Amino acid sequence: MSSARKALPVVLALAALIALTGSARGAPAQKEIILATTTSTQDSGLLDVLIPIFEKKTGYFVKTIAVGSGQAMAMGARGEADVLLAHSPDAEEKFVAGGYGINRRLVMHNDFVILGPGSDPARIKGLKSGLEAFRLIAGAQALFMSRGDNSGTDAREKSLWKAAAISPQGQKWYLETGLGMGQTLNVASEKKAYVLSDRGTYLALKKTLGLDILTEGDAILLNIYHVMEVNPSKWPKVNAAGARAFADFMVSPETQGVIKAFGVDKYGAPLFFPDAGKNVDTLGK
Amino acid sequence: MELIFEGIRKALWLLATLDPEVMGITLLSLKVSGVATLVSLVTGIPVGAALALSRFPGRQIAVGLVNTGMGLPPVVVGLFISILLWRNGPLGFLGMLYTPAAMIIAQTVIAAPIVMGITLAAMQQLPKKLRLQILALGATRLQVVWILIREARLPLLAAVMAGFGGVISEVGASIMVGGNIKGYSRVLTTATVMETSRGNFATAIALGIILLLLVYAVNLVLTHVQQRERPQ
Repeated sequence: MSSARKALPVVLALAALIALTGSARGAPAQKEIILATTTSTQDSGLLDVLIPIFEKKTGYFVKTIAVGSGQAMAMGARGEADVLLAHSPDAEEKFVAGGYGINRRLVMHNDFVILGPGSDPARIKGLKSGLEAFRLIAGAQALFMSRGDNSGTDAREKSLWKAAAISPQGQKWYLETGLGMGQTLNVASEKKAYVLSDRGTYLALKKTLGLDILTEGDAILLNIYHVMEVNPSKWPKVNAAGARAFADFMVSPETQGVIKAFGVDKYGAPLFFPDAGKNVDTLGK
Repeated sequence: MELIFEGIRKALWLLATLDPEVMGITLLSLKVSGVATLVSLVTGIPVGAALALSRFPGRQIAVGLVNTGMGLPPVVVGLFISILLWRNGPLGFLGMLYTPAAMIIAQTVIAAPIVMGITLAAMQQLPKKLRLQILALGATRLQVVWILIREARLPLLAAVMAGFGGVISEVGASIMVGGNIKGYSRVLTTATVMETSRGNFATAIALGIILLLLVYAVNLVLTHVQQRERPQ
């Protein structure tokens, strides 16, 4: 039938399409590592530099799943990830205490900054205390944009409110986006609100934002990254060897050197400060 | 406004220089959504035709389910499929989470009801006497179905375009089951979301434009096939 002949080239094209879909990375399961990490580490572009180095060196295929720290740890707690790179120290400590994570090691840090509109209605510019800034913002009932998504940044923000003995949830000046850092910054910029952000994302988006750094430098604003392996005795399907290899890679001197230099040529300042092997209490002093 | 122009310039630049990462992402979008649309056609058209032409108890419920399926939220599909495919989930032994294959499965689940629903409506629209005429000419059951499908090919091609359009543009399921992994499961939609969240608006707009061009090109071919006049 002529219609069948007309259909033949289409069928051949589609068959070729299906054949091409065969994965180019047919790596066996032991060679795959699921890395659950935060959106801020992915957005900074650091992982785009580090992962290829690791893959080339070890032959592992790293599946980087960038979600918030909260979701990353939830994945780890279910054994759905092999290794975690997070920046939510209190939640991480609970994670390790619960037996879900092992070998938690310090990797690097940068800091959070409190951003706001140039008009600065709460008058926090130049303050050295993050808690004082938050108190003034609450006192002035100035618009504040929160991520509200259980990410590391969100956890730090909530802990600051708690330390300042303020309960912002439900008040009309306190808004929650449930979005990633970049998008939350955009919304905060549009609405001329205060917002807590990691310095790296701010630097990356500075050109398009109408926000300035108003408060920085307080030790309470340190943003600390740890790497943890998911406990293989809780979840036997975890790629323990791969997780260990990746975690060792993150704290190795060569990688720490790459972290130190990252971002300097693009932003004029490093985005992260390498800290492997240090005692976390010595940071920021 | 300036940002949109910058995005257009960037799109033209990426296309003209055949930027390898963007080409890879575009090809993967086409592969994943193309295969998903194909599978949903192969399953959807027969099921839709069968539902249209047959009568059985519970048919109303089946039709209702298909019509509801057309409005399935992609992100919910993605969530359910990722729970099934989790390592420790019921289908975890397949090791399919965060792969393009998983994305194809999710997109097929999204597209198939669309194809089924439109096929159902298209076949029901055919003149009732036509079936009797064909049978009277001595056609077998299978030939009847084939001829009716050909008669309804205009709306059926619309079903293909609707199915393809629905999945090439979806992002929720693709992120959840694919993981947006660079060079592996990143497609145009997921890359656009990522670039937006990074604040690279020009790149995001450029990727959006490339996606629109891709969809237009595919639909140009399908529309040509659809609108072609039959030789008398």
